Amino acid sequence: MHPRWMLALRTVAAWFFTLLLFFPLGWLALTAFKTELQAIEVPPHWLFTPTLENFVEVQRRSDVLLFAQNSLITSVVSTVLGLMIAAPAAYSMAFFRTRHTRDLLMWMLSTKMMPAVGALVPVYVLAQTAGLLDSLTALIIVFTLSNLPIMVWMLYSSLRDIPGEILEAARMDGATLWTECRHVVMPLALGGLASTGLLCLVLSWNEAFWSLNLSSARSGTLATMIASYSSPEGLFWAKLSAASLVAIAPIVAFGWFSQKQLVQGLTFGAVK
Amino acid sequence: MHKTLTPTPLPLMREKEQAADAGPRSVRLLPRILLAPAVLSLLVWMLVPLVMTIYFSLVRYNLMQPGEREFIGLDNIAYFVSDPDFGPAVAHTLQLLCAVIAITVVGGVALALLVNDPFPGRGIVRVLLISPFFVMPTANALLWKHMMMNPIYGVLAQVWQWFGATPVDWLTDHPLFSVIVMVSWQWLPFACLIFITSLQSLDREQLEAARMDGANALQRFRYLTLPHLGRSIAVVVMIEMIFLLSVFAEIFTTTGGGPGNESTNVAFLIFKQALMNFDVGVASAGALFAVVLANIAAAFLIRLIGKNLDK
Repeated sequence: MHPRWMLALRTVAAWFFTLLLFFPLGWLALTAFKTELQAIEVPPHWLFTPTLENFVEVQRRSDVLLFAQNSLITSVVSTVLGLMIAAPAAYSMAFFRTRHTRDLLMWMLSTKMMPAVGALVPVYVLAQTAGLLDSLTALIIVFTLSNLPIMVWMLYSSLRDIPGEILEAARMDGATLWTECRHVVMPLALGGLASTGLLCLVLSWNEAFWSLNLSSARSGTLATMIASYSSPEGLFWAKLSAASLVAIAPIVAFGWFSQKQLVQGLTFGAVK
Repeated sequence: MHKTLTPTPLPLMREKEQAADAGPRSVRLLPRILLAPAVLSLLVWMLVPLVMTIYFSLVRYNLMQPGEREFIGLDNIAYFVSDPDFGPAVAHTLQLLCAVIAITVVGGVALALLVNDPFPGRGIVRVLLISPFFVMPTANALLWKHMMMNPIYGVLAQVWQWFGATPVDWLTDHPLFSVIVMVSWQWLPFACLIFITSLQSLDREQLEAARMDGANALQRFRYLTLPHLGRSIAVVVMIEMIFLLSVFAEIFTTTGGGPGNESTNVAFLIFKQALMNFDVGVASAGALFAVVLANIAAAFLIRLIGKNLDK
């Protein structure tokens, strides 16, 4: 076949399958700006006057802002906390390598392999005993711990890429550990820190298992709020779409920027 | 404390791996102090639930019946395994796992190959393609349940009608298939993204040389592209195994495991025992089973990634 025809064919096929996959999301975004009646109209209208009343109504009914605030607090705090615990560990493993380092890394990876449901009962009982059911504290602790192995791994693999000679030179010049961290390692590791943080924000924001089981009205995140739209009563598709759009838009946009880090983080650096 | 470190330049490890073990005392101590918070918290996060789960699985413990926790040995495990929902739950877990992995790997490779070479709008296509992966599971599930799969107003029903077919009540008649569709929609972009990343390191000159030598597209794919992708395919399969063995939110928000037990997987069965029947003992026995199942999958992944670490 002629190369020009091949290109045309490939372009059409790629766009067709992409739009097919993206369609549900696009449809959700459209429905969020329709009235409830337009939302279930058969056949659907592609052209309509967009309305913002769903967003107002959703906020009035279920206080989206509270859930959004909970999502923001849990994901930001658990990310910062995770970075504070993971960064020193990664630093230690990258620059003070011993014969145990590899085993330690593999062990950390293995804790991530434990299915969450395996720990559901003990964590639930512990949270209940400590009076932490439906509290932001419980969610923050669980999110931090479950993201910790990924954070250590990602930070470790970015620190490992820093050439040892630079540190050696700094030490020869009499740099203390603090100046070494502050002026040599930090600037080089900033990219790794940022991408690790980004990935953990995405993971915590979307987390559904623990937030569904450990939180409800008070400390629920956006993921649990969306789940409350599960019941089929009444006309609510437009409102469901509006609520979902609020919940996913920021993180989808975020995700576009962190694709590469996501691959490395989720595959523990096995695919580059 | 770091002041004491300055006189002796810290040995750098990449070349001399054992050096940290041999330095002065303060040099040996520092790396351990830095490691301690992460190691200790992970140790607690792993051991405490595990020990508690093992203990709970051996006693009679129902949150609705306070009182003596009587030691009953393996009764909980026997009960969980002989539950009429257990067999189907294991089968559904494996069906879900295999179906989603098959769809995402085959579809992901095809899509990645399709968008690998330049064409008009490739940048936008890639961004759109990856988007479903960032949608939170509960929003994903409700989007499909209501707007796509509703038998009267859903988009699929309208497409079916347009072709003159009778609309299908997906969640009632094909509950497990519906869950498979939702989960695949989420993970196909992930697989695709990883294959795209991997294809970027494929040697184009080699492909070109093969083409010059008369290898057709199928042969080039079979003998050059596929072996190159082998490693990333293995990684995708392993990662998805870990996540898909415990699919929960999609089932929780759409079918609730039903109708009957038709879309109940092991994770959801354990949840039902724990938080709906309040039977901590039986739920813990189930949890141990799930941990064993996940560890079998994890053993392969760890070996795979461990090999990579030595390079």
